[in-house]
Amino acid sequence: MAEVNAKQVLFEPIFSNNPIGLQILGICSALAVTTSMSVTIVMCLSVIAVTACSNLAVSLARTQIPASIRIIVQMTIIASLVIVVDQVLKAYAYEISKQLSVFVGLIITNCIVMGRAEGFAMQNGPWLSFLDGVGNGVGYSVMLLFVAFFRELLGAGSLFGVTLLTPVNEGGWYITNGLLLLPPSAFFIIGLAIWGLRTWMPEQVEEPDFKMSRHTHKEAF
Amino acid sequence: MEHYISLLLKAIFIENMALAFFLGMCTFLAISKKVEAATGLGIAVVVVLTVTVPVNNLIYNNILREGALSWAGLPNVDLSFLGLITYIGVIAAIVQIMEMVLDKYIPALYSALGVFLPLITVNCAILGAALFMVERDYSFGESVVYGFGAGVGWALAIIALAGIREKLKYSDVPDGLRGLGITFITVGLMSLGFMSFSGISL
Repeated sequence: MAEVNAKQVLFEPIFSNNPIGLQILGICSALAVTTSMSVTIVMCLSVIAVTACSNLAVSLARTQIPASIRIIVQMTIIASLVIVVDQVLKAYAYEISKQLSVFVGLIITNCIVMGRAEGFAMQNGPWLSFLDGVGNGVGYSVMLLFVAFFRELLGAGSLFGVTLLTPVNEGGWYITNGLLLLPPSAFFIIGLAIWGLRTWMPEQVEEPDFKMSRHTHKEAF
Repeated sequence: MEHYISLLLKAIFIENMALAFFLGMCTFLAISKKVEAATGLGIAVVVVLTVTVPVNNLIYNNILREGALSWAGLPNVDLSFLGLITYIGVIAAIVQIMEMVLDKYIPALYSALGVFLPLITVNCAILGAALFMVERDYSFGESVVYGFGAGVGWALAIIALAGIREKLKYSDVPDGLRGLGITFITVGLMSLGFMSFSGISL
């Protein structure tokens, strides 16, 4: 039983309870860092590390944290972890950390981290919480990599900086679509990705606010 | 003076927090179903940003920055790695204080803002503005203008989106796109519209 449970906790967030697609968490960074694959991968790894470790730490401390100040305690744990990630990136991947600019710092306010710490780690044991952190981090990464794949491939004709479709201005045939490197395209791609995901899993479709009544034709007499 | 006006316009339109940098997206999408709620949240964000960015600016320039502690006889200390935890602490504290002050002296505004005020602590737009302020090395005056401008830009974007969504709920959207999907695409179109400001150079 415990094993099945752990597996569910790890894999559920990837598609059927995706943090971006369904829970509306952590969208800010999903859009800003997805112009190239290599930057996105670094961001994903940072987020997975932070969600997993913060979930573990919060879960270990959950019986000690007084309910009235839990938010600030969680915030401190998360902020310390993000500082570690930030310093590691500055030391070993300086170029990429420059490109990510403020977005590494913004992992602190990334709702996935807070949301999972508050929603899962406060009620569950350390091991399950750790898995939940990894699972949600991976679910977030899948969506990010999906967006980054299209943006880099169609926007710049390359993946991981390696040119696959030679652009016209370098003597090739591919006319790059500059729109995909600009902010709005990220919204469109995520919107379409959600459409795809919900067509595949119809139970995620939201209830309409208003039902359309059928247009019935009546004769005037 | 001209410098400040151009900074203000830049912060509101060209570098719109929500539509150009995607900051504060979670609340942006979650609380934009009704215009009134969006307006309340927008005002709260403007107020909080106008206060927190300058305060963080003072802390950064007088305590954390490399060499900033020379007045205390420690010219070689660089505390800038503590930045993140400090800013978020300051933001949380200021939001808490504002909540208490508003509750005591302006209860009408307090009840209008309601649950949004504490939520603002985890709004990335607030922390994002503080980090941009540090990255771009704004002076104190500039940080006041920038904080206000960034807040107004964000408020403008969320109120506009709420207006669109109020109309949108009567439209017949394909099943899979209903709700979140169509909202993303709407925001994409708005962002495209705001990009037309980027041609303006001030």
